[in-house]
Amino acid sequence: MLINICVVLLFAIIAKYFHNPMMTTIVDGLIIVSLLSGILFFLATCIGILRFPDFFTRLHAAGKGDTLSTILILFASSLYAVKSSHYVDKTTLLSVFKILLIINFIFIGSPTATHALIEAGNNSEVEPWENDEKGATEN
Amino acid sequence: MDNLFLYASVILIFLMTLLLYRIIVGPTVIDRILAVNVIGTKSIVILVLIGILFNRIEMFIDIAIGYGLLNFIASLAAAKYFKKHKKLKVTVDNENVETQATGEGKINVN
Repeated sequence: MLINICVVLLFAIIAKYFHNPMMTTIVDGLIIVSLLSGILFFLATCIGILRFPDFFTRLHAAGKGDTLSTILILFASSLYAVKSSHYVDKTTLLSVFKILLIINFIFIGSPTATHALIEAGNNSEVEPWENDEKGATEN
Repeated sequence: MDNLFLYASVILIFLMTLLLYRIIVGPTVIDRILAVNVIGTKSIVILVLIGILFNRIEMFIDIAIGYGLLNFIASLAAAKYFKKHKKLKVTVDNENVETQATGEGKINVN
Protein backbone atom coordinates (compact mmCIF):
# COMPACT_ATOMS: atom_id res chain seq x y z
CA MET A 1 0.00 0.00 0.00
CA LEU A 2 2.87 2.35 0.80
CA ILE A 3 4.45 1.48 -2.52
CA ASN A 4 1.20 2.40 -4.27
CA ILE A 5 1.06 5.83 -2.63
CA CYS A 6 4.72 6.48 -3.53
CA VAL A 7 4.13 5.43 -7.14
CA VAL A 8 1.04 7.62 -7.49
CA LEU A 9 2.97 10.59 -6.07
CA LEU A 10 5.81 9.86 -8.50
CA PHE A 11 3.42 9.80 -11.43
CA ALA A 12 1.85 13.08 -10.26
CA ILE A 13 5.31 14.70 -10.16
CA ILE A 14 6.07 13.35 -13.65
CA ALA A 15 2.75 14.66 -14.98
CA LYS A 16 3.38 18.10 -13.48
CA TYR A 17 6.90 18.60 -14.85
CA PHE A 18 6.15 16.72 -18.02
CA HIS A 19 7.92 18.96 -20.53
CA ASN A 20 11.04 19.55 -18.48
CA PRO A 21 14.00 17.89 -20.29
CA MET A 22 15.66 16.88 -17.03
CA MET A 23 12.51 15.00 -16.00
CA THR A 24 12.64 13.12 -19.29
CA THR A 25 16.21 12.03 -18.54
CA ILE A 26 15.29 10.88 -15.04
CA VAL A 27 12.30 8.89 -16.29
CA ASP A 28 14.45 7.27 -18.99
CA GLY A 29 17.02 6.28 -16.39
CA LEU A 30 14.33 4.81 -14.14
CA ILE A 31 12.88 2.81 -17.01
CA ILE A 32 16.24 1.38 -18.07
CA VAL A 33 17.36 0.52 -14.52
CA SER A 34 14.03 -1.15 -13.63
CA LEU A 35 13.88 -3.16 -16.85
CA LEU A 36 17.48 -4.39 -16.69
CA SER A 37 17.30 -5.30 -13.00
CA GLY A 38 14.05 -7.16 -13.65
CA ILE A 39 15.71 -9.19 -16.40
CA LEU A 40 18.67 -9.84 -14.08
CA PHE A 41 16.38 -11.13 -11.32
CA PHE A 42 14.57 -13.35 -13.78
CA LEU A 43 17.90 -14.73 -15.00
CA ALA A 44 18.74 -15.60 -11.38
CA THR A 45 15.33 -17.24 -10.98
CA CYS A 46 15.83 -19.31 -14.12
CA ILE A 47 19.27 -20.48 -13.02
CA GLY A 48 17.90 -21.31 -9.58
CA ILE A 49 15.01 -23.36 -10.93
CA LEU A 50 17.27 -25.24 -13.31
CA ARG A 51 20.19 -25.88 -10.98
CA PHE A 52 18.92 -26.34 -7.43
CA PRO A 53 18.80 -29.95 -6.21
CA ASP A 54 15.44 -30.15 -4.45
CA PHE A 55 12.02 -28.77 -5.11
CA PHE A 56 11.87 -26.91 -1.81
CA THR A 57 14.95 -24.95 -2.86
CA ARG A 58 13.52 -24.48 -6.35
CA LEU A 59 10.36 -23.03 -4.85
CA HIS A 60 12.55 -20.78 -2.73
CA ALA A 61 14.20 -19.45 -5.86
CA ALA A 62 10.94 -19.04 -7.73
CA GLY A 63 8.93 -17.38 -5.00
CA LYS A 64 11.27 -14.45 -4.57
CA GLY A 65 12.87 -13.75 -7.90
CA ASP A 66 9.77 -14.25 -10.01
CA THR A 67 7.71 -11.81 -7.95
CA LEU A 68 10.36 -9.12 -7.83
CA SER A 69 11.28 -9.32 -11.51
CA THR A 70 7.61 -9.16 -12.55
CA ILE A 71 7.03 -6.12 -10.35
CA LEU A 72 10.11 -4.32 -11.70
CA ILE A 73 9.34 -4.93 -15.38
CA LEU A 74 5.68 -3.94 -14.97
CA PHE A 75 6.77 -0.77 -13.16
CA ALA A 76 9.09 0.08 -16.06
CA SER A 77 6.30 -0.47 -18.57
CA SER A 78 3.89 1.72 -16.60
CA LEU A 79 6.50 4.50 -16.54
CA TYR A 80 6.92 4.10 -20.28
CA ALA A 81 3.14 4.29 -20.76
CA VAL A 82 3.17 7.65 -18.99
CA LYS A 83 6.22 8.89 -20.87
CA SER A 84 5.21 7.83 -24.38
CA SER A 85 1.88 9.66 -24.31
CA HIS A 86 2.39 13.27 -25.38
CA TYR A 87 -0.19 14.57 -22.97
CA VAL A 88 -1.62 12.77 -19.96
CA ASP A 89 -5.24 11.90 -20.67
CA LYS A 90 -7.81 9.51 -19.26
CA THR A 91 -6.74 6.49 -21.34
CA THR A 92 -3.16 6.70 -20.12
CA LEU A 93 -4.26 7.09 -16.52
CA LEU A 94 -6.53 4.06 -16.84
CA SER A 95 -3.70 1.98 -18.32
CA VAL A 96 -1.35 2.99 -15.49
CA PHE A 97 -4.03 2.18 -12.93
CA LYS A 98 -4.54 -1.26 -14.46
CA ILE A 99 -0.80 -1.96 -14.42
CA LEU A 100 -0.70 -0.99 -10.75
CA LEU A 101 -3.61 -3.39 -10.21
CA ILE A 102 -1.62 -6.21 -11.84
CA ILE A 103 1.39 -5.33 -9.66
CA ASN A 104 -0.71 -5.54 -6.50
CA PHE A 105 -2.22 -8.83 -7.57
CA ILE A 106 1.18 -10.36 -8.36
CA PHE A 107 2.56 -9.04 -5.07
CA ILE A 108 -0.16 -10.87 -3.14
CA GLY A 109 -0.85 -13.85 -5.41
CA SER A 110 2.55 -15.20 -6.35
CA PRO A 111 3.86 -15.84 -2.79
CA THR A 112 0.47 -17.35 -1.96
CA ALA A 113 0.76 -19.82 -4.83
CA THR A 114 4.32 -20.67 -3.80
CA HIS A 115 3.18 -21.24 -0.22
CA ALA A 116 0.39 -23.55 -1.38
CA LEU A 117 2.87 -25.54 -3.49
CA ILE A 118 5.28 -25.86 -0.57
CA GLU A 119 2.45 -27.04 1.67
CA ALA A 120 1.43 -29.63 -0.93
CA GLY A 121 5.00 -30.92 -1.17
CA ASN A 122 5.43 -30.96 2.58
CA ASN A 123 2.15 -32.73 3.12
CA SER A 124 2.91 -35.51 0.65
CA GLU A 125 6.06 -36.42 2.59
CA VAL A 126 8.71 -36.03 -0.07
CA GLU A 127 12.10 -36.18 1.56
CA PRO A 128 14.11 -32.96 1.40
CA TRP A 129 17.59 -32.89 -0.03
CA GLU A 130 20.48 -33.55 2.30
CA ASN A 131 24.12 -33.16 1.63
CA ASP A 132 25.19 -36.76 1.28
CA GLU A 133 25.30 -39.29 -1.55
CA LYS A 134 21.82 -40.60 -0.87
CA GLY A 135 20.12 -37.24 -1.21
CA ALA A 136 22.35 -35.96 -3.96
CA THR A 137 21.97 -38.90 -6.31
CA GLU A 138 18.26 -39.21 -5.73
CA ASN A 139 17.26 -36.49 -8.12
CA MET B 1 13.54 3.03 -26.35
CA ASP B 2 11.30 0.73 -28.39
CA ASN B 3 14.27 -1.49 -29.20
CA LEU B 4 14.98 -1.82 -25.49
CA PHE B 5 11.55 -3.33 -24.85
CA LEU B 6 11.92 -5.53 -27.94
CA TYR B 7 15.24 -6.97 -26.75
CA ALA B 8 13.85 -7.35 -23.23
CA SER B 9 10.96 -9.44 -24.50
CA VAL B 10 13.29 -11.56 -26.64
CA ILE B 11 15.50 -12.26 -23.63
CA LEU B 12 12.47 -13.08 -21.49
CA ILE B 13 11.13 -15.52 -24.08
CA PHE B 14 14.55 -17.20 -24.31
CA LEU B 15 14.69 -17.65 -20.53
CA MET B 16 11.12 -19.00 -20.55
CA THR B 17 12.09 -21.64 -23.08
CA LEU B 18 14.95 -22.66 -20.78
CA LEU B 19 12.35 -23.33 -18.08
CA LEU B 20 10.68 -25.93 -20.32
CA TYR B 21 13.49 -28.28 -19.26
CA ARG B 22 12.07 -28.35 -15.75
CA ILE B 23 8.58 -29.09 -17.09
CA ILE B 24 9.78 -32.05 -19.16
CA VAL B 25 12.24 -33.74 -16.81
CA GLY B 26 11.00 -32.50 -13.45
CA PRO B 27 11.31 -35.33 -10.94
CA THR B 28 8.07 -34.62 -9.10
CA VAL B 29 4.75 -33.09 -10.05
CA ILE B 30 5.34 -29.94 -8.01
CA ASP B 31 8.40 -29.07 -10.10
CA ARG B 32 6.26 -29.05 -13.20
CA ILE B 33 3.50 -27.01 -11.57
CA LEU B 34 6.15 -24.56 -10.36
CA ALA B 35 7.67 -24.12 -13.81
CA VAL B 36 4.23 -23.65 -15.38
CA ASN B 37 3.43 -21.05 -12.73
CA VAL B 38 6.64 -19.11 -13.41
CA ILE B 39 6.07 -19.23 -17.18
CA GLY B 40 2.49 -18.02 -16.70
CA THR B 41 3.62 -15.14 -14.52
CA LYS B 42 6.19 -14.14 -17.10
CA SER B 43 3.69 -14.32 -19.92
CA ILE B 44 1.73 -11.53 -18.18
CA VAL B 45 4.86 -9.42 -18.53
CA ILE B 46 5.28 -10.52 -22.14
CA LEU B 47 1.69 -9.45 -22.88
CA VAL B 48 2.27 -5.98 -21.45
CA LEU B 49 5.53 -5.62 -23.39
CA ILE B 50 3.77 -6.68 -26.61
CA GLY B 51 1.17 -4.03 -25.91
CA ILE B 52 3.94 -1.45 -25.63
CA LEU B 53 5.54 -2.63 -28.88
CA PHE B 54 2.27 -2.39 -30.82
CA ASN B 55 1.20 0.93 -29.18
CA ARG B 56 -2.01 -0.69 -27.96
CA ILE B 57 -1.30 -1.06 -24.27
CA GLU B 58 -4.89 -0.42 -23.16
CA MET B 59 -6.10 -3.54 -24.97
CA PHE B 60 -3.35 -5.94 -23.93
CA ILE B 61 -3.51 -5.04 -20.23
CA ASP B 62 -7.03 -6.45 -19.96
CA ILE B 63 -5.84 -9.73 -21.45
CA ALA B 64 -2.95 -9.71 -18.99
CA ILE B 65 -5.28 -9.24 -16.00
CA GLY B 66 -7.44 -12.16 -17.10
CA TYR B 67 -4.45 -14.36 -17.74
CA GLY B 68 -2.97 -13.56 -14.34
CA LEU B 69 -6.17 -14.46 -12.51
CA LEU B 70 -6.52 -17.74 -14.40
CA ASN B 71 -2.87 -18.65 -13.76
CA PHE B 72 -3.17 -18.00 -10.03
CA ILE B 73 -6.37 -20.03 -9.71
CA ALA B 74 -4.94 -22.93 -11.73
CA SER B 75 -1.82 -23.07 -9.58
CA LEU B 76 -3.82 -22.99 -6.36
CA ALA B 77 -6.20 -25.69 -7.57
CA ALA B 78 -3.35 -28.00 -8.61
CA ALA B 79 -1.59 -27.46 -5.28
CA LYS B 80 -4.76 -28.21 -3.32
CA TYR B 81 -5.42 -31.34 -5.39
CA PHE B 82 -1.98 -32.81 -4.79
CA LYS B 83 -2.10 -31.80 -1.16
CA LYS B 84 -5.28 -33.78 -0.65
CA HIS B 85 -4.49 -36.86 -2.72
CA LYS B 86 -0.85 -37.38 -1.77
CA LYS B 87 0.15 -38.82 -5.10
CA LEU B 88 3.69 -37.54 -5.05
CA LYS B 89 5.10 -40.50 -3.21
CA VAL B 90 5.01 -43.87 -4.95
CA THR B 91 4.09 -46.77 -2.74
CA VAL B 92 4.02 -50.47 -3.48
CA ASP B 93 0.39 -51.14 -2.56
CA ASN B 94 -1.38 -49.29 -5.35
CA GLU B 95 0.97 -48.56 -8.18
CA ASN B 96 -1.23 -48.04 -11.21
CA VAL B 97 -2.68 -44.59 -10.61
CA GLU B 98 0.25 -43.17 -8.71
CA THR B 99 2.88 -44.03 -11.25
CA GLN B 100 0.89 -42.04 -13.77
CA ALA B 101 0.67 -39.11 -11.40
CA THR B 102 4.42 -38.87 -10.92
CA GLY B 103 5.12 -39.06 -14.64
CA GLU B 104 8.39 -40.89 -14.42
CA GLY B 105 9.09 -43.52 -11.85
CA LYS B 106 12.25 -41.92 -10.54
CA ILE B 107 11.07 -41.33 -7.01
CA ASN B 108 11.79 -43.72 -4.17
CA VAL B 109 9.91 -46.94 -4.51
CA ASN B 110 9.76 -48.29 -1.01
